[in-house]
Amino acid sequence: MAFVWTIVALVVVLALCWRFLGAYMVAVYEGRVRWLAKVERPIYRVIGADPKAEQTWKRYASSVIVFSAIALLISYGVFRLQEHLPFNPQHMPGVESHTAWNTAVSFVTNTNWQSYAGETTMSYLSQMGALAVQNFLSAAVGMAVAVALIRGFARKGSKTIGNFWVDLVRGTIYVLLPIAFVAAIVFIWQGALQTMSGPAEVHNALNGASQTLPRGPIASQEVIKQLGTNGGGFFNANGAGPFENPTGLTNFLSIVLILCIPVALTYTFGKMVFNLRQGLAILAVMTVLFGGWLAMAGVAEQQGNPALAAAGVTSQPSGNMEGKETRFGTLSSSLYDVTSTQTSTGSVDSAADSYTPIGGMALLTGMMLGEVSPGGVGTGLYSMLLFAVITVFIGGLMVGRTPEYLGKKIQAREVKLAALGVLVMPITVLVLTAIAVSVHAGKIGPLNAGPHGFSEILYAYTSQTNNNGSGFGGLSANTPFYNITGTIGLLLGRFAIIVPVLALAGSLAEKNVVPTSQGTFRTDKPMFVGLLTGVVLIIGALTFFPAVALGPIVEQLSHGMFF
Amino acid sequence: MPDLKVLDAGHSGAPGQPGVPGERGLVSRRSLFDGRIMRVAAVDALRKLDPRIQIKNPVMFVVLIGTVITLLEAIAHPSVFSWSVMIWLLLTVLFANFAEAMAEGRGKAQADTLRRTRTQTDARRLRRDGAEERVPAAELSTGDLVVCEAGDVIPSDGEITEGAASVDESAITGESAPVIRESGGDRSAVTGGTRVLSDRIVVRITAEPGQTFLDRMISLVEGAKRQKTPNEIALTILLSALTLIFIPVVVVLQPFGEFAGGQVSVIVLIALIVCLIPTTIGALLSAIGIAGMDRLVQHNVLAMSGRAVEAAGDVQTLLLDKTGTITMGNRMASEFYPVGGFSEGDLAEAAQLASLADETPEGRSIVVLAKQHFGLRERDLAPDHVFVPFSATTRMSGLDTDGRRIRKGAADAIKRWVTEQGGTLPAELDPIVERIARAGATPLVVADEARVLGVIELKDVVKQGIAERFAELRGVGIRTIMVTGDNPLTAAAIAQEAGVDDYLAEATPDAKMRLIKAEQEGGKLVAMTGDGTNDAPALAQADVGVAMNTGTTAAKEAGNMVDLDSNPTKLIEIVEIGKQLLMTRGALTTFSIANDVAKYFAIIPALFVSTYPQLDGLNIMGLHSPQSAVLSAVIFNALVIIALIPLALRGVRFRPSGATAILRRNVLIYGLGGLIVPFIGMKLIDLILTALGAY
Repeated sequence: MAFVWTIVALVVVLALCWRFLGAYMVAVYEGRVRWLAKVERPIYRVIGADPKAEQTWKRYASSVIVFSAIALLISYGVFRLQEHLPFNPQHMPGVESHTAWNTAVSFVTNTNWQSYAGETTMSYLSQMGALAVQNFLSAAVGMAVAVALIRGFARKGSKTIGNFWVDLVRGTIYVLLPIAFVAAIVFIWQGALQTMSGPAEVHNALNGASQTLPRGPIASQEVIKQLGTNGGGFFNANGAGPFENPTGLTNFLSIVLILCIPVALTYTFGKMVFNLRQGLAILAVMTVLFGGWLAMAGVAEQQGNPALAAAGVTSQPSGNMEGKETRFGTLSSSLYDVTSTQTSTGSVDSAADSYTPIGGMALLTGMMLGEVSPGGVGTGLYSMLLFAVITVFIGGLMVGRTPEYLGKKIQAREVKLAALGVLVMPITVLVLTAIAVSVHAGKIGPLNAGPHGFSEILYAYTSQTNNNGSGFGGLSANTPFYNITGTIGLLLGRFAIIVPVLALAGSLAEKNVVPTSQGTFRTDKPMFVGLLTGVVLIIGALTFFPAVALGPIVEQLSHGMFF
Repeated sequence: MPDLKVLDAGHSGAPGQPGVPGERGLVSRRSLFDGRIMRVAAVDALRKLDPRIQIKNPVMFVVLIGTVITLLEAIAHPSVFSWSVMIWLLLTVLFANFAEAMAEGRGKAQADTLRRTRTQTDARRLRRDGAEERVPAAELSTGDLVVCEAGDVIPSDGEITEGAASVDESAITGESAPVIRESGGDRSAVTGGTRVLSDRIVVRITAEPGQTFLDRMISLVEGAKRQKTPNEIALTILLSALTLIFIPVVVVLQPFGEFAGGQVSVIVLIALIVCLIPTTIGALLSAIGIAGMDRLVQHNVLAMSGRAVEAAGDVQTLLLDKTGTITMGNRMASEFYPVGGFSEGDLAEAAQLASLADETPEGRSIVVLAKQHFGLRERDLAPDHVFVPFSATTRMSGLDTDGRRIRKGAADAIKRWVTEQGGTLPAELDPIVERIARAGATPLVVADEARVLGVIELKDVVKQGIAERFAELRGVGIRTIMVTGDNPLTAAAIAQEAGVDDYLAEATPDAKMRLIKAEQEGGKLVAMTGDGTNDAPALAQADVGVAMNTGTTAAKEAGNMVDLDSNPTKLIEIVEIGKQLLMTRGALTTFSIANDVAKYFAIIPALFVSTYPQLDGLNIMGLHSPQSAVLSAVIFNALVIIALIPLALRGVRFRPSGATAILRRNVLIYGLGGLIVPFIGMKLIDLILTALGAY
């Protein structure tokens, strides 16, 4: 029952976020919110941006890339040089080059794939000055790109789609910072650590053992890792550890923080294209997919562990508890991990590797859908809109019209860009996995043999290319091979989608708007919700079915059952 | 047959047979699945195996490459299985070629017929000194003057500069009733290949040899210069993207399989690629486009480009000329107005007499009105009667019988006639004529010798069922605007009766143009019909401009479609054909993609079952063996193309209803159907293969 109330509370809180945070973001990106103008204006002066100048999609895209490249180099520099820099009470040495490179790319792409253990690798400066800063900025970039795409739909006959620097700054200081600030205080109140002093030495009087407990500025980073759907934990244990995620309230709050912006952006979308129902339709698709995957994971985990059952354990009343916190149990853990894998967050509060084959498949395939349900901050919306363009194209043809979405005709250029944006991810994941299972450096990575080992590799590339960052575990990923190939996935999964999205925004913005009529394929009706859901599912299924068949499905069938 | 419709020469729109569009096709009608067409198509299918043709269709090109690889594999490691897969892959390509050839077949046959009518007769060219010389038609160039008399075939396109004639245009339009062509005005254009039946005309040639309307028509029906349309290009991109994605999806199965410790057969991988890429729509896409153009041709409409057909599906505003489209182009007698002391009965009797031999709809309507109002029955005419037919120069017709000479015709023509006979004109005549004309109707004056008996009012009658038609259009989101030269009052009355959404009264070409531009600025696509030279700019501006074949050369060149029947109501069918074309593409794309799900369940277990026997759990169809499963999928994939050729050529059924209803229907049939059908189909093929003992 408690779980039902959790869901009810989550729905209520998210509904409020949808309405009010969504509306607030409209005001932020339309430039009507000014309460931090005193902070905002000097920033533009420093970075030399003219807040009134609008950008074409090409300038917008090059701004995104230039900004990300600079952020990447700074982060890489900080990791490599951390032993010579301040705020390093544990005297961490500089991070190895391939790890530093992978981590820098990972955080700049809003992925937070961590092939290292945070508490034994990163200094406080690296954690706060590089990782946490990127948690804010990479999230703000995602939101900016989404807003630029929305403008593409909303404008007509326009050459420009907004100003990246303005969107970046406003998203950061008006949306991410205030929410993170308030939430961090709640986390500290609940017991999350926030300190600049080094690790604590603890002597256990009962068994006479001494322990070193790593500490650090955790709460501040914890909150933005969720809010920005980044997912990179301070600790290797991520949200399963009590210093990051001390109580049931913080566990719940984490889920809310992860979901609030992706969900609210659908309101922002609806409002900015002058039809709230369009935003609702997108939200409905996200909810259906999310609910389906939550059910898949939840039911599978409640079934108990098939391996244990095969070994003769007849009663597993709590379900599959291997790798789960007793504080959270199977359902709440499933909720947390499904939330995190469907939002490109990647933080976890239970070990994905220990999920049942179907539970693990839910986490894996949740990402394979392209992180659209509801997906990462900004990324979820723009990726879903790419699917929507494809859906509208096929569906619109079926009503006998050149398809149009929100009054914009979907023609060759739009189809090309949307298809590119949708297909980059699966191709990258599959090719990288194929390389890994073919070469020695890749084959030695997985801890397990057979289908489970295959799943571990497949999961790693799926997670990185979808900019999710969650780890299945069981894969020794901190090797030059996995760090470098992973980086390819990270970069393609981010920028090979952002560029087509912005090009699409530019192309749409220039178009005239076709007025709606009886003959228009309505994109704010249940029919469209069903079709879009179907297209997301079918594209995901068609591209990944063979691979998934060789991983989780074989594993499950080995246990002689399929649910 | 002379025709009173020349009376309202100022109005556009002269219908052939309104209300029965598409009854007579261009040249002879031929079934889609005529045996001869199918034989020709089968040969063409082989010819189209040329890689230079195949490369234009990325989806089928991949199948062709797969076939070649399978062939090499089958030669290297011969087995019944490998050869069977190879043959069925080849058949897949051939079936696609066959579909395209079938779609082209009817057009090609029609083009052949048209070519035969392109006569090689000599033309009678007028020299500067006025003398005639005989030259081959092919040597005529623009500006030449030629003479045509009864029985001559007009050698090339041109404008009549002198005279009037009735012309048999059946070679072009299939319509056997002759039409009148006269110098000056909007009826002066003649088409090469048509035949003069009476009188003598002088024609100024307006087309260079090889570029006549007939030449263009031949190349259009034949689809010789067919280019991919914008939507077709967009869809090709999507299909190419889907093809592109499935290649790595399948190719990576090789390393995946090896990692799992198994061997993966190249032939099965190729079979899987072919089954997954959207071959169904890929194979039928160009056939759908060609068939769309062909359907228009069957409605006697020539589209100058496929782009125009597509645009027709998108049209949101229809500009319809009142006369001939909304109202019967042939006006109906509605009232008798006697003048000069004659009674209504006298007038009706004379009018009936004058119209008995007049077979035009107007003439018949006068007889009917006389019968209804005065019980005048049709009479046998005295044996010595002489019917005076309508002619373009006299602009009246009538009857000489029992010493009476009754004439009816345009007011000024009758007035001139009466004056010539020495009669006087009653004072009340002009006001009546004017009043009738002002109300949007046509006055027809009747005279017996030198005495004017009265005026017949010929009124516009709104076509039956037209209001329902417009309601249907509204249902699919199309707004109808009636365009008329009438004053606003008359226009409003007719607009209301016909149920159009809006009207443009006292329309000038300029006002029409402004209206089109305003609609287009609002993002709407506009379709219109027109025939006059002054319609040309508007026809060019409209997204779909349908020129009437009876119209001027300027109008025909400005529009992007020509209606050979000159029936403006056909605009509605054109829109439906455009929609049908797009729907067919969407439906088959959906079907094609939905099919893939079942194919996975056939091939994935087959591919890996030797490595992971437990994967047989995915073989939910219970296919007999891995080999029969793969072969069933490949055979199904090929046969479904053949099975869908009729649908691709005829088009998905279009029922005028709202987008939501249409979508629901199509998603159910082609989406859900596409999911389920292959499960059944592959199982059946597997059963047959097993029963044959092949596996």
